[in-house]
Amino acid sequence: MVKETFTRRDFVISATKVLAVGILAPAGALPAARRISALETAQQTPVPQLWRGKEWSFLIDIEKCIGCANCVGACKKENGVPLDQEVYRTWVERYLVDSNEKVRVDSPGGGLNFRQLDIKPEKQFFVPKLCNQCHNAPCIQVCPVGATYKTGDGVVLVDRKRCIGCRYCIQACPYGARFLHPILKVADKCTWCYHRISKGMLPVCVQVCPTGARKFGNLKDPDSEVATLKKKARTRVLKPDMGTKPNLYYLGLDEVVK
Amino acid sequence: MPFYVFPNEIEVNWGLFIVLYPYITGLVAGAFIVSSLYHVFGKSELKPLSRLSLITALAFLFVAPMPLLAHLGQLFRAFNIMFTPHLTSAMAGFGFIYSFYLILCLLETWFIYREDIVHYASTSKGFTKVFYNILSLGAKDISPTALNTDHKVVSILAAIGIPSACFLHGYVGFIFGSIKANPWWSTPLMPVIFLLSAIVSGIALLILIYRVSSWLRRQEMDLPCLMSLNRYLWVFLLLASVLELLEVLHMGYESKEEWDMVRGLLTNEIPVTYLGVQMGFGVLIPLVLLPFGRWRRLSAGIRQLLTIISGALVLIGVLAMRFNVVIGGQLISKSLAGYAQFHWRLFSNEGIIPSLFILSLPLLILSAMVRVLPPWMGGAEGPKKDSMVTPFNIKLQPKASGNK
Repeated sequence: MVKETFTRRDFVISATKVLAVGILAPAGALPAARRISALETAQQTPVPQLWRGKEWSFLIDIEKCIGCANCVGACKKENGVPLDQEVYRTWVERYLVDSNEKVRVDSPGGGLNFRQLDIKPEKQFFVPKLCNQCHNAPCIQVCPVGATYKTGDGVVLVDRKRCIGCRYCIQACPYGARFLHPILKVADKCTWCYHRISKGMLPVCVQVCPTGARKFGNLKDPDSEVATLKKKARTRVLKPDMGTKPNLYYLGLDEVVK
Repeated sequence: MPFYVFPNEIEVNWGLFIVLYPYITGLVAGAFIVSSLYHVFGKSELKPLSRLSLITALAFLFVAPMPLLAHLGQLFRAFNIMFTPHLTSAMAGFGFIYSFYLILCLLETWFIYREDIVHYASTSKGFTKVFYNILSLGAKDISPTALNTDHKVVSILAAIGIPSACFLHGYVGFIFGSIKANPWWSTPLMPVIFLLSAIVSGIALLILIYRVSSWLRRQEMDLPCLMSLNRYLWVFLLLASVLELLEVLHMGYESKEEWDMVRGLLTNEIPVTYLGVQMGFGVLIPLVLLPFGRWRRLSAGIRQLLTIISGALVLIGVLAMRFNVVIGGQLISKSLAGYAQFHWRLFSNEGIIPSLFILSLPLLILSAMVRVLPPWMGGAEGPKKDSMVTPFNIKLQPKASGNK
C-alpha cells in the first residue's frame, strides 16, 4: 500500500537516500586516498637511503657530439623501446645552417638513419635530446592520477602500474620527450636509466658515447665532472621561458635550437 | 623556415575521439542552459523545449565519457581518476564534475517527470506499470502541495545546474588552455570560448532536434519558440566568434615567437576546416542568415528554413572548431619548426566510422527516452502538454488531479 501523502519529511528522507547513493561512489575513494597520504608522510620523514647525498644532473657538450647515434640505439635496447617504431627516449638532431642563416633540421630514425647531404652548410652540429627531468615539470602537474612523480634524487619517473594512458603528459611536455609506449600503452620517457644509476652505473647513453659528449653525475659531489663544469662553464637549458627549470644543461648550444 | 617535427611527434596523440569529447560535453552544457532559460529565467516562449532540452542534455551526457574511455591506453584503470586523483591536474576533476552533473541532471529530470510517471504508473498495466512504479521511486503523492514542492526543487536544481554546466564545459576549455607547451591552446580565453561555443552548439542542436521531432510527430513547430532560439543563437554566436577572433588577433598583433607557427597552421595546414567550415560556414553565414530568419516580412516557412539551415551550419561549424583546436593544436610541432600530419582513418580505433557511431549514440538514446518520458509540450499559450502524448502508446484515462 503506497502512502497517500508525501510530506516534506518524506521528501527530505527520499532526497537523503538519493544523495547517499550519489556520494557512495566517490566515498569508495577514501581508503585509497588514505593509503596515498600515508605513503607521502613516509616520504617526508626520513630520506630514503638511495637518495641521500644525491642530486643527479646531465650535461651535453655540443662540440663533442659527432652524431653517431650510438646512444639512440643503445637506449632503445636497454630500455625496451621498440626499435622499429617512431618513439624515442633519446634522439639526435642534426642542424645545418647555410650562409643565408637558413636552418635545416632533421633526425631521421631519431638519428639512426642520418645520410650524407650534398649541401655545404656554413655551420653544422648535432644536438642530442632527452628528458630534461625538469625541477618544475609540467608532466607531473597534469597527470590526473599521480602516475608521474619526482624522486628525491631529481629524476622524473612514470609508474607503469598507475598510468592510465590518457596522454595528457605527452601534450604538456614542451620538449617532445614523452610518448605512449606502443606495447605497454602507458606513458614512457627517459629515466636517465634509473635502474642503472641507482646501482652506481652510468646511463647507457653516457656509457656508449665515444666522445664523452654526454656527461652525467651527482651535483652534490663537488668533484664530479658535471658539478665542476656547471660551476665553471657557460651552460644553457632548452626553452627557459617555459619556466620548467630543466635539469639537463648544454655546453655550446646554438640559439636556433628549440 | 625549416621543416622539422620531434621524432616522438610523428603520431598525433589525441585523435577524433578527443575531438568528440568537448563537442559532446558542449552540446550537454548548451542544451541544459536552454532548459534553464525556461526553468530558472522563466522564458516561457521556450516552453515547448523545456523538457526536450533537458533529456537531450541527459542523453548526450550518458555518452560524454565514452570517447574518453575508449581513448585510454589502460581502460581498466579509468576509475583511478576518482580513486587516486592528483589534484594539480585539471583532468583529475573530470570524474567528480561529471558525476555531480549527472546526478544533478537525473534528479532534475525525475522531479520534472514525477507527476507524469505517477500518472503513467496508475494508468498502465503489467510490465509497464512495474517499470513506472520503479521509476517513481515510491514517491506517489501528486497533490498540489507536493507538485508545488517538485516545482520549487526543479527551479533550485536548474539554478545550481547553470554554474555547473558552465563549470563542466569551462573546465574542458581549461584542460586545453592550461597547456603552456602548445601555443595554439595556451590562452586564458579558452574556457570562455569553449563555454560560449558550447551554448551555441546546444541551441543549434535543439533547433534541429525540434525540427526533426516535429516532423516525425507531424506537428507544427511553435514559431515564437523557434524565433527565441534564433535570437539566443545569434547573440551567443556573435560573442563566441568575437572571442575566437580576438584570440587570433591578439596573437598576431603581439607576433611572439609562436605566431609564425599559428599563422602557418591556420592558413596552410587547416585552412579548409578553420577558415572555411568553422569561420565561414559556422559563423559568417549563420550570422547573416539568422537575422533574416527573424524578419517578419518573410513568410513563416522561409523564416523556419533560414533558422534551421543556420542551426545545421553552426552545429557543423562547432564540430570543426573542436577539430581545429584539438587536432590543429597537435599539428604544431613543439620544435616550432614544422607540422605533424594528421591521418584520417576510416575504421580503426578513433577512425571516422567509430566516431560517427559515438556521435549517433546520444540520438538513439534520446529516441528511446522520448518513448519512456515524452517531453512534448505545447507553446506558451497552449495547453500544458500535448494531450495526444503517451509513452509506449498507452491509452491514458483522464487525469484525476487535472492540469495545473
